[in-house]
Amino acid sequence: MSKLYTKDTQAIFWNNNKTAIQRMLDYDYTIGRDKPSVAGIVAPTSSNKFEKFFYGADEIMIPLYKSTPEAVKEQPQADVLLNFASFRTAYDVVMEAISIEGQFKSIMVTAEGIPERLARKMNQAARDAGVTVIGPATVGAIAPGAFKIANIGGTIDNIINSKLHRAGSCGLVTRSGGLFNELSNIIAINGDGIAEGVAIGGDRFVGSVFIDNMLRMESNPDVKYMLLLGEVGGTEEYKVIDAIKSGKIKKPVIAWCIGTIAKHFSSGVQFGHAGASANAERETAEYKNKAMKEAGIYVPDSFNDLPATIAEVYGKLREEGVIGEIEEPKINLIPKVRRPKQFICTISDDRGEEATYAGFPISSVATPDTGKGIGDVISLLWFKKVYPKWATEFIETVIKTVADHGPAVSGAHNAKVTARAGKSVVEALVTGLLTIGPRFGGAIDGAAKYFKYADDNNLSPAEFLSYMKKQGIPIPGIGHRIKSLKNPDLRVTGLMNFAKEYFPSTPLLDYARTVEALTTSKKENLILNVDGTIGILMVDMWRALGYAESEIDEFIESGTLNAFFIVGRSIGFIGHILDEKRLAMPMYRHPMDDILYDVQKAEEI
Amino acid sequence: MAQKAIREYDGKAIFARHWNEYFDGFHYGFKSVLVTSGDELREKAKEHGFEWLNQENLVAKPDMLFGKRGKNGLVLFKINKPGDVKLEDAARWIDEKQSHEVTLLSGQTGHLTHFIVEPFTPHTQEQEYYISATTVGEDDVLYMSAEGGMEVEEGWDEKVNEVHIPINMVDANIKKAIKANIPQDIPAKNRDAFASFAMQFFKFYRDMNFAYLEINPIVMLDDGEMAILDLVARLDDTAGFLMRDAWGDIEFPTPFGMEDQSPAEKAISEADSKSGASLKLTVLNPQGRIWTMVAGGGASVVYADTIADFAGVKDLANYGEYSGGPTTGETKFYAETIFDLMTRYKDPRGKVLIIGGAIANFTDVAKTFTGIIQALEEYADKLKEHNTVIYVRRGGPNYEKGLKDIKEAGDRLGLDIHVYGPETHITDIVRMALEK
Repeated sequence: MSKLYTKDTQAIFWNNNKTAIQRMLDYDYTIGRDKPSVAGIVAPTSSNKFEKFFYGADEIMIPLYKSTPEAVKEQPQADVLLNFASFRTAYDVVMEAISIEGQFKSIMVTAEGIPERLARKMNQAARDAGVTVIGPATVGAIAPGAFKIANIGGTIDNIINSKLHRAGSCGLVTRSGGLFNELSNIIAINGDGIAEGVAIGGDRFVGSVFIDNMLRMESNPDVKYMLLLGEVGGTEEYKVIDAIKSGKIKKPVIAWCIGTIAKHFSSGVQFGHAGASANAERETAEYKNKAMKEAGIYVPDSFNDLPATIAEVYGKLREEGVIGEIEEPKINLIPKVRRPKQFICTISDDRGEEATYAGFPISSVATPDTGKGIGDVISLLWFKKVYPKWATEFIETVIKTVADHGPAVSGAHNAKVTARAGKSVVEALVTGLLTIGPRFGGAIDGAAKYFKYADDNNLSPAEFLSYMKKQGIPIPGIGHRIKSLKNPDLRVTGLMNFAKEYFPSTPLLDYARTVEALTTSKKENLILNVDGTIGILMVDMWRALGYAESEIDEFIESGTLNAFFIVGRSIGFIGHILDEKRLAMPMYRHPMDDILYDVQKAEEI
Repeated sequence: MAQKAIREYDGKAIFARHWNEYFDGFHYGFKSVLVTSGDELREKAKEHGFEWLNQENLVAKPDMLFGKRGKNGLVLFKINKPGDVKLEDAARWIDEKQSHEVTLLSGQTGHLTHFIVEPFTPHTQEQEYYISATTVGEDDVLYMSAEGGMEVEEGWDEKVNEVHIPINMVDANIKKAIKANIPQDIPAKNRDAFASFAMQFFKFYRDMNFAYLEINPIVMLDDGEMAILDLVARLDDTAGFLMRDAWGDIEFPTPFGMEDQSPAEKAISEADSKSGASLKLTVLNPQGRIWTMVAGGGASVVYADTIADFAGVKDLANYGEYSGGPTTGETKFYAETIFDLMTRYKDPRGKVLIIGGAIANFTDVAKTFTGIIQALEEYADKLKEHNTVIYVRRGGPNYEKGLKDIKEAGDRLGLDIHVYGPETHITDIVRMALEK
């Protein structure tokens, strides 16, 4: 890995830190990335499926996931984890991410104050797995013009002022996150900006140290020289000295350790970070600055002289032709005023020349010459997919099959009674539709749900029956008033024959037939009825279309199956309502002799 | 902060609480009390369970995070001959030591406030050992020696065996490594027992999240009886949320000689503890000429460095920082505290005030400066009286307005104020202020 991030790098952001994520997306938009740098967000306690963010003036949706494994399953291309968990959970988040083999190339940890022993374990595990850890206790890292972590670099104004919107030629490593912007600014003024910058973190035990990042920068062709800003305490700077002496680092290095003041105070005053206290002379800032200078590193006389040193090294490299002119790229400006949208639409669009259904102009699916039917329209508007012919024809078969079941069923009856009360078509229709639910029409949902559950869990038909018995509910989709195996329901036969002929396979139906064999052996009329057959075949259809089991479960949970019944049966209800209007039947009153009156006088309490 | 020193008494209390769980085959009596006066010791002796204070000969010493107490003459173990100290002797000694300021050989000065009192343990030099563990680089290191007490410090390289233990080393290998490194000078009959103790000591150090744990000396008496004569310990306080029960009610005292914070410093640290923001102040020299009010930890270090470079360290009056988005009220209070301190002593050369900071990430500079401007309004006359020259440098969101506001306020109040933004190097205002 010669570059930490590229313009294609995408991250999983652990914790729904909306402002930080928005800042990343603003950066992405400014530099003109193709894809947002955040592919998904892990928000364990959120019940939402996505979060809206601005992308320029527009809004985009970033999916939310309950866990890291779930997120990487959906976003396998995301090889960076931005761990914004608190110090209590950050360790567990890192260990889980490392255990997903080969997924993450780098993990950034922002939490400050992770227990030292846990930080050491975590850093060791990451090293063993070849994962670069940035942090803990860091503001992050940036590859200008490609990828920026969360808040690093500050506002977009400052990013552009400090030339952090496009790659320069300096590789920057620093312990202090607070001085990161400052250094970027100095480098922009005295050089041409940075190619890659990492704030390694202020805790005593951080994952990647100066040398790890500088060795990578040595092999990154965009980096022409490096700047290291160290601190009093620790001995990490000596590893850099060793690498220069052994020739592993050949590019020019500028360095300074802050905290030279500490030598004047024996103890007590803590200058800077938790990691920043010198336990020995060679850990003092002064000693380290001297040692670095002796090793041939460009070390200024004081921090205040650092800009001059940068100008000197940069000027020399320009003169030698190592660094060329940088062409300033075009910047996308973020509008000053942005308003979040109240509604989201992902199925149709009426803004262009012609309105579209999921990207298809209406005229391309409406007329007979298009060869498209109502099943195609449903597949576009309900599922945002173009289903194959066999599937759209199956959908139409279902709708036609459930269109009506006579005037006596409760929904149709309600619609007729309402129509006779003088109400309009829509009012009468709604009355009928409101009857649809767990008892009327709901068997389609139920059959799909329970048969799928039994099949998913490899229950034998006998085990399934006893499971349903324990649940205390009759099996949805099984049983008919009069029909039996000998006297089959021809609607069911029709659906089954269609499926046998056109479906690639029907595993759930095959399973349901074995259940039916068992139930009909107990009682003749316990056959797979039309509701059950529809529900089960819908599952088989989605499976054959390549949907994941979790997506199919979601269709069932959200009531999609009932929707087919609602559309189909509306045809029948409207028929009954128009029938009533035509017949001009009077207001209906139920005959009193059909009611059992059993009214006791209320007791006083 | 990460590693914090604890009292000897608290370290021993953690040992006692977990002894049976860790130290199989050894026994530890934990007879110790921590008192702040002679009377408290006398009262303690009346309590059930502390009868030994009346029955046994005692040792008393301050328990305030500093070492070399013997060399400082601060261990009471004899009146006429070693091991003849009674309760009343100890109580009187404590009262006497408390009554005046004490200066250690190291030069630290302060008042003794906490004392640990324990039974006198008669033993021979041969029974004393040394053991400690800490983290060096990325590894844990266990140190063991057949000699305890002051001797070990004098011949460290020859007398102490080190065992380096990487973070991912399994227990079986740790055990092997310890066994292979038991000091040769430990008598053959005690070697197995010492190895067993050392292994358990290391596990205890590790599991309890100590950053440093030293017993010097540990005394191995007969029948597995152990006496911890002196103990130094630091805990990794970031593990506090995991160790609440294991550590018990633990205190992280300020080191000896550092406890005397000025009222101003106390007020700032109180404000800091109540705020979500960070407010830090240390007065280095109340009569110093150069005062700083710097935003951010890293920036505060480079300003201090640069002032030392240009003016020398004795002119630097304070060190500190404010960050993490303090409210206008908090910023005003912080600024007023500094302005108050810097107008107490006259300096013929006048005073220098550095209002500095790096380019902020997301802190609104104009908002922050509102609090400082309000404080300048309050203290304008006093600042002028002390011939104060003010240099300001800051960047970040809304910095143009912030800088304009503070410049206008300074001019309006007749202050000698110079204002710079991100085009000027962060510490260059120090040079400008001091080169004049």
